[in-house]
Amino acid sequence: MFIIWVNLNYGTMPQEQVEEYLEAIYDLELRDGAAKTTAIAKCLKISPGSVTEVLKSLSDKGLIRYEPYRGATLTEEGGRIAGTIKRRHRLLEVFLTDVLKIRSETVHEEACRMEHAISAETENALCRMLNAPSQCPHGSPIQPCSRGVGSCCECDAAVGEGVPEPKSPRDRKIVPVTLLAPGETAKLAFIRGDQRIARRLSDLGLTIGTKVSVTRKIPLDGPVEVAVRRTKIALDCAIAANIFVEVPEKEGS
Amino acid sequence: MSGCPGCRGCPPGGNPRRNPADYAIALAGNANVGKSALFNQLTGVDQIIGNWPGKTVERAEGILLHEGRRIRVIDLPGIYSFSTYSLEEVVSRDFIALEHPDAVINVVDASALERNLFFTIQLLELAPPLAIAVNQVDLAEKKGIAVDTRKLSNLLGVPVVPTVAIRGKGIAALTAEISGLVKERPVPPQLRYGREIEERIGKVQALLDPANLRYPARFIAIKLLERDPEIVRILSAQDPGAVEAADVLAREIESIHGEPSCVVISAERYLVADRIAAEAVTITEPGGGRRRSLTERIDDLALHPVLGYLCVIGVIGGLLVWTFVFGAQASAFLAEFLSQFEQYEPVISGPFMDILWNGAFTGFVAGVTLVIPYVLPFYLALAVIEDSGYLTRISVMLDRGMHRLGLHGKAIIPLILGYGCNVPACYSCRIMESQKQKLLAAFLVTLVPCTARTVVILGLVAAFVDIWWALALYAFDIVLIIVLGRIAYRAVPGESVGLIMEMPDYHIPSPAVILNQTWARTRSLVWIVFPAYIIGSAALQAFYAAGLLSPVNDLLAPITVLWLGLPAAVGITLLFGVVRKELTILTLAVIFGTADFALVLSPVQMIVLALVSMLYIPCIPVILVLASEFDWKSALVISATEVLVAIAIGGIAFRVLALFM
Repeated sequence: MFIIWVNLNYGTMPQEQVEEYLEAIYDLELRDGAAKTTAIAKCLKISPGSVTEVLKSLSDKGLIRYEPYRGATLTEEGGRIAGTIKRRHRLLEVFLTDVLKIRSETVHEEACRMEHAISAETENALCRMLNAPSQCPHGSPIQPCSRGVGSCCECDAAVGEGVPEPKSPRDRKIVPVTLLAPGETAKLAFIRGDQRIARRLSDLGLTIGTKVSVTRKIPLDGPVEVAVRRTKIALDCAIAANIFVEVPEKEGS
Repeated sequence: MSGCPGCRGCPPGGNPRRNPADYAIALAGNANVGKSALFNQLTGVDQIIGNWPGKTVERAEGILLHEGRRIRVIDLPGIYSFSTYSLEEVVSRDFIALEHPDAVINVVDASALERNLFFTIQLLELAPPLAIAVNQVDLAEKKGIAVDTRKLSNLLGVPVVPTVAIRGKGIAALTAEISGLVKERPVPPQLRYGREIEERIGKVQALLDPANLRYPARFIAIKLLERDPEIVRILSAQDPGAVEAADVLAREIESIHGEPSCVVISAERYLVADRIAAEAVTITEPGGGRRRSLTERIDDLALHPVLGYLCVIGVIGGLLVWTFVFGAQASAFLAEFLSQFEQYEPVISGPFMDILWNGAFTGFVAGVTLVIPYVLPFYLALAVIEDSGYLTRISVMLDRGMHRLGLHGKAIIPLILGYGCNVPACYSCRIMESQKQKLLAAFLVTLVPCTARTVVILGLVAAFVDIWWALALYAFDIVLIIVLGRIAYRAVPGESVGLIMEMPDYHIPSPAVILNQTWARTRSLVWIVFPAYIIGSAALQAFYAAGLLSPVNDLLAPITVLWLGLPAAVGITLLFGVVRKELTILTLAVIFGTADFALVLSPVQMIVLALVSMLYIPCIPVILVLASEFDWKSALVISATEVLVAIAIGGIAFRVLALFM
């Protein structure tokens, strides 16, 4: 599949191109706080001139906020699209390496092309088949889905019933507990992954709706210490990354 | 896991009725609630520690004397739930349900009542005569948490006694309750869940025929709804209809809540626990105030990204150095003392019986001079560190590193124990959750230089070459553990589970708990290491006297002389070392007729010999333990691997060191 970068007509800008831009901005924003034109150009291997034009177009569509010289940041809508594509990209990478046994160095390019082509249904089917992985082969986190289900188990139960739209579009801000700052408290939303572990955690008091706070994080992906029901529990960071909490909205993204 | 080598210290059936007891009670509760301290208070020194029959789970029991009656007290493992996450949970619930103790005492932590009541509710489902000991009320009060035990008793419908087990407070009142319970055996009332769950429990229960069940019907109904694998397996055989019906009902629960039914039921239990705790607990200082607790302040240091590691190194390093500096002195003193009774240098000529006797005595002396000065102080100090709560912090700090070996932070406990003696260290690998992790941890433990190997390293290298070379050997050993651990992680099939560990508050260690823990670890030395030392040493002496020395040395010469560059006489000493590692240098001294090894070995030879002795095979007691905890195949594979690794590394070291020494 070839991506043609000549079409700069705003109205008919190909979906793929939009998505590639949003992804690049997503990454750069995480890294630098805002995506500069030159950085985007370097990332997508095109000239800065064409980038500026596209950014204006994306800004008109309400997907990004663009300030010349400072750079671009994603709006909520833009962030949602970029998040979905990132999720598909990383799920595909897991699929390519774990199931098809393709070398992990080469899967990125492949996933880059496939991510624009799959539907939400395929995305969720992949997620179920791969047992809701939490990380891509390169170690980046895979966001939970935006499907209208409360947990992986419900997702399993609803196979074949099409993809219901989110019950209430994710107005709640749900993040892995590992992203909480030490001292921050949030309500437990759901636990993803291995049922035995989920069971164990709920036995230790990590039940849905319970207040959880992170008391300490050991750097370099060390364990995370959480406080729940007046006890403290140290958790492997991969296990903690599967525990999702709802943080109270305070600042706009 | 093998079958019966696991059960020691208790006859089959698991009821060591040395003296018939009138009643039996069990102590149950979470870990870190002071259950062991309470057990010690109730039973005193007369305790039997063994295994649950056929299971690699430790079992402790003692006798409580009350008003002329003997009451057996069984200390169940510290667990959080009756699921099947660990073997401990299965053993505990089976004991209560199937052996019908006359009473169960649930020990709960006053500071974290909800979490503890979660387990209490599950205990009630098994319907034994129950009493609750609310322990550590003093610590809770300091945190501003007061538990109204009378109210709690009313809410739960069972007797509740406040206790401070380490100080013996409340023990008399508890004993009085026990005495009442065992006589009357009251059935405790059941707590009700929300209607959604309760209705479905009722439906399943109605399908069950109580006459056929070994567990209470309500318990089975709940476990079927939770899809407990063990109960589903048992019931599928006798009542498949009920299992199917429960599955349909469980699916209904799942579609309502969108969570696995077991998680929904856990949440439901917590709801009940929260409600009860909210009524019985008054918190005068919400959240413990804004002041940071002592535990938090210590953790700022102990879990600090940089200083935390320095603490770990300081504590473990200090522990090892202290033990071996102190141990060397004490060992020399003991050897001196015992030499007054008998010559304990190996004797190789004279009447056969004398040789045998001398061998056995030498083995005994070796055991005494290793265990008392080195292993005992080491394990005592470690028990202090463990009971204070610091060991969990070491586990957290080292979790990341352990991950690379397919293990997690808790594995540091067996590894540290290994520096004392590999035998109890292999037993302690039981704390790992998956079978793969148990085996990996045990393999790495056998590579840790135990006291006996330390004697060889210090006696050869530190004494005659340089203390730095001795330390270099230790450092090399750690590197080797990491490398072989990585390889084994890939080679051994099975799953690895990540760290999930409660972090208890720090507290002043209790002497009784420390002594018990130390004894629990050293007792395996008494019944495995001592006999092996004594019998093995006598047998070796005979073998030696029978003139099999030269043939064995000749046989091993291609390896020892050609490849490792050692004198031929070393062959037999390495063979002896399989029984006891420190025999390598003891026999060497006898063969060469001098303890001044500098006269007979070059520095390179000493380093190579120490290196090979450190690695070449687990000693016989350890091989036996590996076979009983896992199977013979694992034990032999581990031994063979280590022989090959030691020979390969020894030969390479000889050639490399010869270049510059």
